[in-house]
Amino acid sequence: MAYAAGVDVGSTQTKAVIIDEDLRIVGRALLDTGANVVKAAEDAYLTALREHGIEEREVEFVVGTGYGRYRVTFGNTQVTEISCHGRGAVHMFPNTRTVVDMGGQDTKAIRVAADGQILDFCMNDKCAAGTGRFLGAAAAALGLPLADLGPMSLRSDKPVKISTTCTVFAESEVLAWIGKGKKIDDILRGVHVSIASRSVALLRRVGIEDEVTFTGGVSRNLGMVRAIEERLGKTLNYSEDSHFMGALGAALFAMDHVRAGRAPVREPEVAG
Amino acid sequence: MTATVPSSLPGRGNRDGAELFRRWFAELDEVAARGGPAAYVFVMGSLNEVLKTFDLPVVFPEINSLQTAVRRVAHEYLAVAEDHGYSPDICGYVKADVATQLRGGQHPMGRIPKPALSVLTNACNTYVKWAEIWERMHHTPMVTIDVPGTRQGGDRTARGDGDFEADRRYVETQVLELIALCEKLTGKRFDIDRFREVLTHANTMSRCWARLLELNRARPAVMNALTDGTIYLGVANGFRGSAEGARYFEDLVEEMEYKVAQGIGTSTEERYRLIFVGVPCYPIFRRFNELFTDWGGVFVNSTYLWFASGGANRGFQYDLANPIASLAEGLLVSVRDAMDSMFHQDLVVAEMYRDCQADGVIYHPIKSCRTVSTGLADGRRHLTERHGIPSLFIESDMMDRRVVSEAQMKNRIDAFFEGLGSRRRHGGAGVTN
Repeated sequence: MAYAAGVDVGSTQTKAVIIDEDLRIVGRALLDTGANVVKAAEDAYLTALREHGIEEREVEFVVGTGYGRYRVTFGNTQVTEISCHGRGAVHMFPNTRTVVDMGGQDTKAIRVAADGQILDFCMNDKCAAGTGRFLGAAAAALGLPLADLGPMSLRSDKPVKISTTCTVFAESEVLAWIGKGKKIDDILRGVHVSIASRSVALLRRVGIEDEVTFTGGVSRNLGMVRAIEERLGKTLNYSEDSHFMGALGAALFAMDHVRAGRAPVREPEVAG
Repeated sequence: MTATVPSSLPGRGNRDGAELFRRWFAELDEVAARGGPAAYVFVMGSLNEVLKTFDLPVVFPEINSLQTAVRRVAHEYLAVAEDHGYSPDICGYVKADVATQLRGGQHPMGRIPKPALSVLTNACNTYVKWAEIWERMHHTPMVTIDVPGTRQGGDRTARGDGDFEADRRYVETQVLELIALCEKLTGKRFDIDRFREVLTHANTMSRCWARLLELNRARPAVMNALTDGTIYLGVANGFRGSAEGARYFEDLVEEMEYKVAQGIGTSTEERYRLIFVGVPCYPIFRRFNELFTDWGGVFVNSTYLWFASGGANRGFQYDLANPIASLAEGLLVSVRDAMDSMFHQDLVVAEMYRDCQADGVIYHPIKSCRTVSTGLADGRRHLTERHGIPSLFIESDMMDRRVVSEAQMKNRIDAFFEGLGSRRRHGGAGVTN
């Protein structure tokens, strides 16, 4: 059995996925990226291999993706996470035509063809408004674990309106609402709605076509799923593996190489 | 720029252009040292032809400002202007110039003389406010040439139409006012024969400019519209109407014709032919280009080579029998074209795409220039919807490195090329970002 791997080195977390020739996920790993990007990539990859007892030599091709893709030193080539999320989403949800990927420092809207080709994409600009970082700032201001934010926001019955889109100012606005005596659940709901409105604006720029698949780390946050669905007026595709969609797409590109049995399309270039 | 053996032709335009640039700024430095007069002008309608006739040295503040970015000191200049009270949102070119004025003309390429006169058109709405700054700082008289624009694509008035003749006369009257002011300022009479000589050189330069754009339709492209093109633009503006400028462009055409004949491309590996729309990212000028050449991308044409040449791409030829009327007509058609090319831009970009057999269009809106950037999102949408042309939209700035994120830019560019590659392999419908 031949295997292929994808390693997605994101700004916050690093994900690795191993797939077999039937394109089934046989190993996965998720680690905090931390300061040592090269080590995070290696550790995630080795952890994913161990999950299924696969030897390194059995993996015939590795694709690196994410901002740290050029730091996947053992990778055979690199593909951007934009292409990888599109490919992974169409593989997992074949009717996907639009993808919203929300990660730690950026949010992407991607329009894809039936074969996973990228037709259009757009991302937030240099600022981190409307990304997972915004949730992190709110969690810090409230002294709450990140994982609690989504469920708490769903308990809200009277969400506040968060007017800032700036991650730096989010903390002070959250504190201001606390000062006004607003319930934490309502403040959190406001934060989720604010981020959802930014991501839906990105989706509108590329054109929204059914079905819409939610990927990236924030897709595990049910409060964000609901906030985007309400804003869109549509149901989103998502799964427990949505967080791994970039790594899965990278693994699928890697398997293309295994099947083609050819040299890498593009060798690693300058460090990104 | 004398007779040269063919093997030394490739690269001559860049070498000679750099040398002319150094000489130009050395002359400005000398003018500043002796306190001589200089005219401040802009790239869209400089009227250098009139100023050259009076031997007035010309200063292009836009070029001075972009030079601070290319030489990686723009942030120092922007900080001086912002400390003086200018907002971070104001045009970076304006702020770098304000800082140059506040620093007594100090500039990385030499000292810049103070303005004795400013000449501007309405091609950019910031020009007027900018010239007002010099008026307040130095009591500089400003001549604003109001060029009627049509703001429409494809169906413009032309020579012989009543409206066109009225517009031309309107511009001509303003040119006469400029001539009168130059006579007063320099104490010289307007010399019509000298003026014809200047127009003859300008005709050569315009003809050559249009020819260069035509030659670059060749495969492989013989010049990079972004990097090489910017050098040529500097000479086209600074030396317009001069014998040196005319000779330089004749040499440049010779070089490019030789490269076309020999199949010598500007890039060793031309895999994708690209059109650039907007103003270059000067804070990382070379690196920005490398982000594309790393993938075999070559810029074969750009809207910058149109509007920043003041519309010289049209190759307008002045009629020496009616020099002032013809100058007014040339100014009208070229500035109008530079302005109109920003409206209904998808039409001109799609035409450029087809003529150059390009693979994609790169839109580069810049945060501090509303004039150039405002319509780009609409233009790109039209390009996608009406023409199905692949395009990439990346935003940064022409001056301010605080809003330039190379890592994010690279990510988008890499994804765009992945899409182009996929499109080429699978014959896909299109890739845009």
